[in-house]
Amino acid sequence: MANSKTILPTEHCDTCPAFTQLEQMGIKVGDFDRVVALAGNPNTGKSTLFNTLTGLKQHTGNWPGKTVTRAEGGFEFNKLRYKLVDLPGTYSLLSASQDEEVARDFILFGQPNCTIVVTDATALERNLNLVMQVMEITDNVVVAVNLMDEAKRKGLEVDTRSLSRDLGIPAIPVTARTGEGVHTLLSAVSDVIESKVEIKPLRVNGTPEFQNAVNELVPMIKQLAPGIPNARWLAIRLLDGDARVQKAIMNGELTEIVSRQYEQDMQFSQKMSVEGRQ
Amino acid sequence: MENIQPNDVLAKAEALRNNLSTGFRDEIVKSLYSEAEKIAKRAVKTASDKKYDFDQKVDRIVTSPITGLPIMFLMLGLVIWLTVTGANVPSQMIGNVLFAFGDWARALFNSWNVPWWITGFIWDGVYLSLAWVISVMLPPMAIFFPAFTFLEDLGYLPRVAFNLDWMFKKSGAHGKQSLTMAMGFGCNAAGVVATRIIDSPRERLIAILTNNFVPCNGRFPTLIMLATVFVASAFSPALTSFIAAGTVVGVVLIGIGFTFLMSWILSRTVLKGEASAFTLELPPYRKPNVGRILYTSIIDRTIFVLWRAMQTAAPAGAIIWLLANIPAGDTNLAHAIATWLNPFGILLGLDGVILLAYIIAIPANEIVVPTMMMMYTGAGMMINGPSSSVDIYNLLVHGAGWSLLTAINLMLFSLLHNPCATTIMTIYKETKSWKWATVSVVITLGTAFLVTFLTASAARLLGWA
Repeated sequence: MANSKTILPTEHCDTCPAFTQLEQMGIKVGDFDRVVALAGNPNTGKSTLFNTLTGLKQHTGNWPGKTVTRAEGGFEFNKLRYKLVDLPGTYSLLSASQDEEVARDFILFGQPNCTIVVTDATALERNLNLVMQVMEITDNVVVAVNLMDEAKRKGLEVDTRSLSRDLGIPAIPVTARTGEGVHTLLSAVSDVIESKVEIKPLRVNGTPEFQNAVNELVPMIKQLAPGIPNARWLAIRLLDGDARVQKAIMNGELTEIVSRQYEQDMQFSQKMSVEGRQ
Repeated sequence: MENIQPNDVLAKAEALRNNLSTGFRDEIVKSLYSEAEKIAKRAVKTASDKKYDFDQKVDRIVTSPITGLPIMFLMLGLVIWLTVTGANVPSQMIGNVLFAFGDWARALFNSWNVPWWITGFIWDGVYLSLAWVISVMLPPMAIFFPAFTFLEDLGYLPRVAFNLDWMFKKSGAHGKQSLTMAMGFGCNAAGVVATRIIDSPRERLIAILTNNFVPCNGRFPTLIMLATVFVASAFSPALTSFIAAGTVVGVVLIGIGFTFLMSWILSRTVLKGEASAFTLELPPYRKPNVGRILYTSIIDRTIFVLWRAMQTAAPAGAIIWLLANIPAGDTNLAHAIATWLNPFGILLGLDGVILLAYIIAIPANEIVVPTMMMMYTGAGMMINGPSSSVDIYNLLVHGAGWSLLTAINLMLFSLLHNPCATTIMTIYKETKSWKWATVSVVITLGTAFLVTFLTASAARLLGWA
């Protein structure tokens, strides 16, 4: 069968409530162990996936630009509580409209433990541009290849293993509307956060002279905000003259992030030790 | 090494950037895109050649320069026609039940010898106003919202945007304004929030300031009722629903026309600049999810809008009853205020009662018609509300002296006048400026006054009214 590549053994179990360890928690997000962001191009089904995971009824609509602010909800998976943040759809993280800034600011300054980039299986090429931009900001990325059913109808076949190999991050086929593949997706997210899978994010390096400039700037940013996880991306944005990043450097937002990150790490290792005892 | 300051980092970045060849970032973006292309090509296989599939065939028709716009207005007309024909009977039934209950409760209170002003305040004021809002608004919303949500879920809204996009560009506004305008049909406050998808602050402001020119769901029942009762009643009964739907589509067209006109004026005066380019993606048509449509349209929209209307209708009913029962000279306060406003109202082709109803209904436009009805029937004195469109027609024409001009100008006024309180607050929140919030009121109210004044004067000059 031409399609055999994408079918994982667990796929049929995904929609079975007895099998999945997923529990929808609606808006009860006061106390959570992990934060996961949902990013993606407009109209790829982020809000649908959000609703499937949280059991909420965030308004979904078949038109780009429906979510302009971020929505938050919660779910429990494998006994850990996740806060899920649904970001506005955006084609890129480079321009400056307000909804795109909401998405970028959250991935960068909100420091989610993992970012799921929801992509449209029927328009993968265009969607990958955003995936690669998110990968410039953070390593912890999982690609959810959504709308697999639509792709099949259009006679398209998406080989997520090839995708995963090329990008260096997990790529999981899902159909958010029915919940197919969601369990596998969450396992991948969990593995990424716990560093159980090897991640080698593909990076586009640019010309040697550009590479040198980045390399000169990175140590300075690291010195300014020791422990900052995405110094490379910040350096690139600074070279590009990004006003928002300049502002973050000037007003001390960066150092704040680092201290928050430290706190999160502490909480996380605590959690892990609790889990280890089980 | 000495301590690094934020300024040092920025200065270093500046220096490094100047050394780089121009367009270095473009190079990176280009390689990013070609990398994405390579990866996608490896991962995606086209099993069969379904390139020209069903979606594209449909899109060629619904977004064609020739058939696109007519299809759009036919769809809108169909939705409104469904609403008009479907809502009349349930409205009447709900009205009958609610008004009968009010009569019964009033009689009960009287038999208990409750003081007249308590009975009046509760049953002729607050309750009557709520009964009006529910019977006039609930049935049209319960039909219009699911139909609107169906089109939204299907993926038709971006096609609407696609059809109108070039006109926005001609007006010096952003093409995406067509999407935020489409949202405005649902709720203007939501439309204002949706303008965040527009990058340029200038074009975003234009979209915010002109969003109110399309009638929101709260105003549709008013338009539909006026169209049914007045415009359509001039034609044979068999045509009524079609004429009514056509009239509402006409009003919507006028609203869209004013959106363009005002965008054009703004982009050539206070908000000067070029329209920016953008790409609009046409998403695939998706099989609408019936459960979600019902949930969204009934819970998120119908109940939400009705609840909001009831929250404003209850105090409004109380105020009307009080105004109608506080003596002022020979008459009561409501009558006195309406008489005082009357000359100005007549000038606009309206009357004093309508203006007073608008003032009371500022918190939520949707209760204008119920408020007006209560004042015409003389709150506190009426026994039974008119519940069929024939009753309403008789009341307004024979009781209040309305003419076709009054109905048409009221529709125009309802279309063009100031945003409701929620939308004004939303504009303030989105622009963080009272100046722009005020401008939005001045523009709309000014247009409403000017247009109704012009139509009224023209009608009088030509001897039509």
